[in-house]
Amino acid sequence: MARTPVTAAAVDVSRGGAAPAGASGAERISALAQRHGALVVLVAVVLVTSLSFDTFFTGYNLNRLAVNAAFLAIVALGMTFVIITGGIDLSVGSVFALGGVLAAWASQYGTLPALLVPVAAAGAIGLANGLLVARTRLAPFIVTLASMLGARGLMLAVSGEGNETYLVPQGSAFLELAQGGLFGIGYPVYLTLALFGLGGLLLRRTGFGQSVYAVGGNEDAAALMGVRVARTKLTVYLMSGLLAGFAGALNAAYLGSGVTILGFAMELDAIAAVVIGGTLLTGGLGYVSGSLVGVLLLKVIQNVINLIGSLSSSYQQVVSGLFLIAVVVAQTYLSRRRRIG
Amino acid sequence: MADLALARVRPDRTVLLRWLRDYGVYAGVAALVLVNLALTPNFASLDTLRVQAVQVTPILIVALGMAVVIGTGGIDLSVGAVMAVAASMISLYLGYGPVAAVLAALLAGAVSGLVAGSLVAFVGVQPIVATLALMIGGRGLAEVMLPQLDTFRNPELRALGSGMFLGVPYVVLIAVALTLVVVFVVRRTTFGRQVLAIGGNPAASALAGLPVRRVLIGVYVLAGVLAAVAGVLATARLGASDPTRLGELMELNAITAVVIGGTALTGGRVRIAGTVAGAVLMQLLTATLIMHNLPQSWTQIASAVVIVLAVWVARERGRN
Amino acid sequence: MTGPDAPLAPILETAGLTKRFPGVLALDEVAFSLRPGEAHALVGENGAGKSTLIKVLTGVYRPDAGSLLFQGAPLRPATPLDAQRAGISTIYQEVNLVPLMSVARNLYLGREPKNRLGLIDFGRMHAEAERTLREYGVSVDVRAPLRTLGLGAQQMVALARAVDVDARVVIMDEPTSSLEPREVETLFGVIGRLRERGIAIVYVSHRLDELYRVCDRVTVLRDGRVVHTGALAELPRLRLVALMLGREVEQVRREGLTRFSGERTASADEPVLVAEDLRVRHLVDGVTLRIRPGEIVGLGGLLGAGRTETAKAIAGALPLDGGRVSVAGVPLRRRSTAAAIRGGISLLPEDRKAEGIVPGLSVRDNIALAALPRLSRFGLVSERRVDRVVATFMERLRIKAAGPHQPVGELSGGNQQKVLLARWLALHPKVLLLDEPTRGVDVGAKAEVQRLIDELAADGLGVLLISSDLEELIEGSERVVVLKDGAVVGELVGEDVTEDALLAAIADAAGPDGTAPVPAAPGGEAGSG
Repeated sequence: MARTPVTAAAVDVSRGGAAPAGASGAERISALAQRHGALVVLVAVVLVTSLSFDTFFTGYNLNRLAVNAAFLAIVALGMTFVIITGGIDLSVGSVFALGGVLAAWASQYGTLPALLVPVAAAGAIGLANGLLVARTRLAPFIVTLASMLGARGLMLAVSGEGNETYLVPQGSAFLELAQGGLFGIGYPVYLTLALFGLGGLLLRRTGFGQSVYAVGGNEDAAALMGVRVARTKLTVYLMSGLLAGFAGALNAAYLGSGVTILGFAMELDAIAAVVIGGTLLTGGLGYVSGSLVGVLLLKVIQNVINLIGSLSSSYQQVVSGLFLIAVVVAQTYLSRRRRIG
Repeated sequence: MADLALARVRPDRTVLLRWLRDYGVYAGVAALVLVNLALTPNFASLDTLRVQAVQVTPILIVALGMAVVIGTGGIDLSVGAVMAVAASMISLYLGYGPVAAVLAALLAGAVSGLVAGSLVAFVGVQPIVATLALMIGGRGLAEVMLPQLDTFRNPELRALGSGMFLGVPYVVLIAVALTLVVVFVVRRTTFGRQVLAIGGNPAASALAGLPVRRVLIGVYVLAGVLAAVAGVLATARLGASDPTRLGELMELNAITAVVIGGTALTGGRVRIAGTVAGAVLMQLLTATLIMHNLPQSWTQIASAVVIVLAVWVARERGRN
Repeated sequence: MTGPDAPLAPILETAGLTKRFPGVLALDEVAFSLRPGEAHALVGENGAGKSTLIKVLTGVYRPDAGSLLFQGAPLRPATPLDAQRAGISTIYQEVNLVPLMSVARNLYLGREPKNRLGLIDFGRMHAEAERTLREYGVSVDVRAPLRTLGLGAQQMVALARAVDVDARVVIMDEPTSSLEPREVETLFGVIGRLRERGIAIVYVSHRLDELYRVCDRVTVLRDGRVVHTGALAELPRLRLVALMLGREVEQVRREGLTRFSGERTASADEPVLVAEDLRVRHLVDGVTLRIRPGEIVGLGGLLGAGRTETAKAIAGALPLDGGRVSVAGVPLRRRSTAAAIRGGISLLPEDRKAEGIVPGLSVRDNIALAALPRLSRFGLVSERRVDRVVATFMERLRIKAAGPHQPVGELSGGNQQKVLLARWLALHPKVLLLDEPTRGVDVGAKAEVQRLIDELAADGLGVLLISSDLEELIEGSERVVVLKDGAVVGELVGEDVTEDALLAAIADAAGPDGTAPVPAAPGGEAGSG
């Protein structure tokens, strides 16, 4: 290596002074921790819980847990795309609630309206978010905080200031969509898995997915390389809104009614799940599968807290908060070390 | 919203935007007052004034801390959760007397600020992320400490919430005093200057020997304590600790008040007078809609629109 | 092959190109022409209009008047992307790629190879990426994130991408500023092969050596006007510098290029600054420096030799892994910028915008910033004392501002630099570390700053001067310490401080026979283990 002939092409410039070769091992480990850390924790928690509680590892409990997790997971899927672009969507909780109320209201006209009406409304809010973030370059958190308020206002407006709870008619196919199942597993679980499969394909294997990563990784460079930054941003917020609305509708079908108080603080759970799943909150790096693992982890912990019984369910929020701090601190240290190394 | 007349004249757009950013909030307050004087019966009364002043205090006090945090280029999303924690602390420690309870609540606010500040200053976590985690965990912690609403009968604490001095409610006096203190800190102390410098250029500030970490931590502690004060006052006024609902959406209201008041989210600037006016504007907007029996949903949608408009006007002029 | 006289139609040609900014005529009827396959040097001092011209060519700015012909047809790019699609690509100083994405994805972003299902075909993408990059001397795991590569390799990826998307013109803006010597060699090799393919290169650099090695022709800009275009080989170096500076060669010879008096004599006093065996991992490797009161010590070396890092380490802005710093015999114990400032060390940072000024604050607040603790009592600022200090320095440094309350961001580069100097002088330092004090400063202010440095030294300050401007370094310092790879490799004193000697010292350090640096590095080089 030291005395190759000095024809330029033969000179290996790949290892510049800034990246000593020894760093690659640590790099690989931290990348692995980033990607699969949550999965390891999930498996450990599931193992310990199964050994400690007889009622945990039963088909009934697991299916209930999975169906329960499905709604949050669908919301987290959209959030994953948004966060990878370096943004955040705080409106999903309100949009979820709005979707639920609209679905329950529209279900009196049939299953199709029960799905289309909430998804359309949620899509409109997502589109508004996307337009504001992409075109006027306002900070995503403040735009989506405002639309969280706006969506909540809308939800109150359609539910008689929160006093009216619409019920989904008994025997409607809409109910079956969320309450039914196949092979002992609820339809929402299949739906969620399908959506995540599509989402993963979209993110990893299409040009759009690449532009999502590029926008989050270096927006200016992405623009210079021909990525349509504004359109990419608009699309992810639109997706996030659509998915949140759909999840809300599905949830209404599951509960049989449009409950107005649901969805509160759901955006926080979704963000926590996405970040725990290995997506960088600063954008540019992330995995759809990780978000699914993050959601499951949060839901299993919630299940454990319920199983213990003596603990209030608020512990789950404390645990997510602590998890989030731990993950973010770890990410910051890892990415800092990598920058120097 | 208050300047439709101006828009028709169509002066240079950037000049108009800058004017809106710097003075729009005062024009907005004036316009809302005029509208109410014209349309709302009994608006021009001492009682109305007093009620509005009392209602604006929590937002105002939280916004003071938020303004300083935003001055450093940061943000604090945990303020609402801190208010809830303060409420829980009051309920838990009221047995030791009201003073101990209030001190415990303020201490909790300071600790939360210390954690947020340390995450930002030492670990280098983005402020929005650090305080988001505290927002999630803090609300849960408040509910873990105190699972449901707890009414109390402590006379001193209730007096703090509803008592008056020369016809002015205590809570208003406290808010005014805190405003003056923050103005003084920002304008006259080295700490205040350092806040602005760090917000304006953190790297330059570090090289100029400024104690960047200490200032950042100080800023988040200040915001935490002010949020706790707001939590204590709101709890005293309610006569009950409500960890579930207290401070809900407070982060949004406080940020809005600061931004409407002409402080850009990019840091390097703190406008306390504008922030006070911003808080008053948001309060008047809500009050106006409520006094005219418009439903809550309208209030929320209207606030959302005002917030977006305010941020749009306040944003630093882009690349054009 | 395409020599300078080849009668080829220009691939890119401008005529009467004019661009105005408020108060400045940035480009004044610029006529610039570029032939296929040539490497064309674009030179000029800061503010001469180089970057404006590049920005017009690449669609960042729109010209106010004039025409731009590309391959014979008029072109009016509205965005950099437009220009790129037309065939004009720019390689920037900081690599404009996405560091978290893999090398291959960066190379193929927006034009990924797809399989029959319309999904990205990673197998093909990785194979093609590896093959393409090998042509550029880069053999890496193309699946690894881009940021794991060295800067040189990253730049090669950017270059490969530009060429791959059919660039006919590649503009390189200071491409070697962050490269290692052997990476520079690779770059030059690649430039040669691009030219063989008929791609024209616009090469912007302050490093004259490189220009003479790489370029056929040169266009010199000054004050927005083209003052010379022609073959580079026929233009002697001194003449080129004179053209850039707008002075006669004779005058340059007679007066020197700077405003340093060069008449100071080193005092025999005890050193005011002693830095011993400074070590910062990967960056500084056992540097020892001594500066006596009234002495200006230059710090020479190529970019990346560890000059800025040494200054920052002395000023407490970089954590030390070893070594001691003492001022006037008193060792600094705590390692922080605040402690160094209290000890009497002031650092004027290299990057004025990023590390110096606080643009939104007033001239007054900027000057008082570092001295605040001294101008306050019990944490309260004494406005009277601040006013006094600010008035003193605004007058002494002749800072041109509308008043002390004007935001610093609105001042010219030279006045911003003076504000920063005032900030540091207000601390009454014993040692002044100046990192590129005249970079990006117009000629008049440059002379003033140089004169001021002279005066300060005459007043007994110890000054460490870092400058990429060789003349400034040579005429300003009575002693020059030369660094390479973070270590001291030579020292020139008094009469020996000449351009030839300095170049020789740097060249000696870089390669055994004093010529261009040889890419083969010994195995156990410092900092790479």
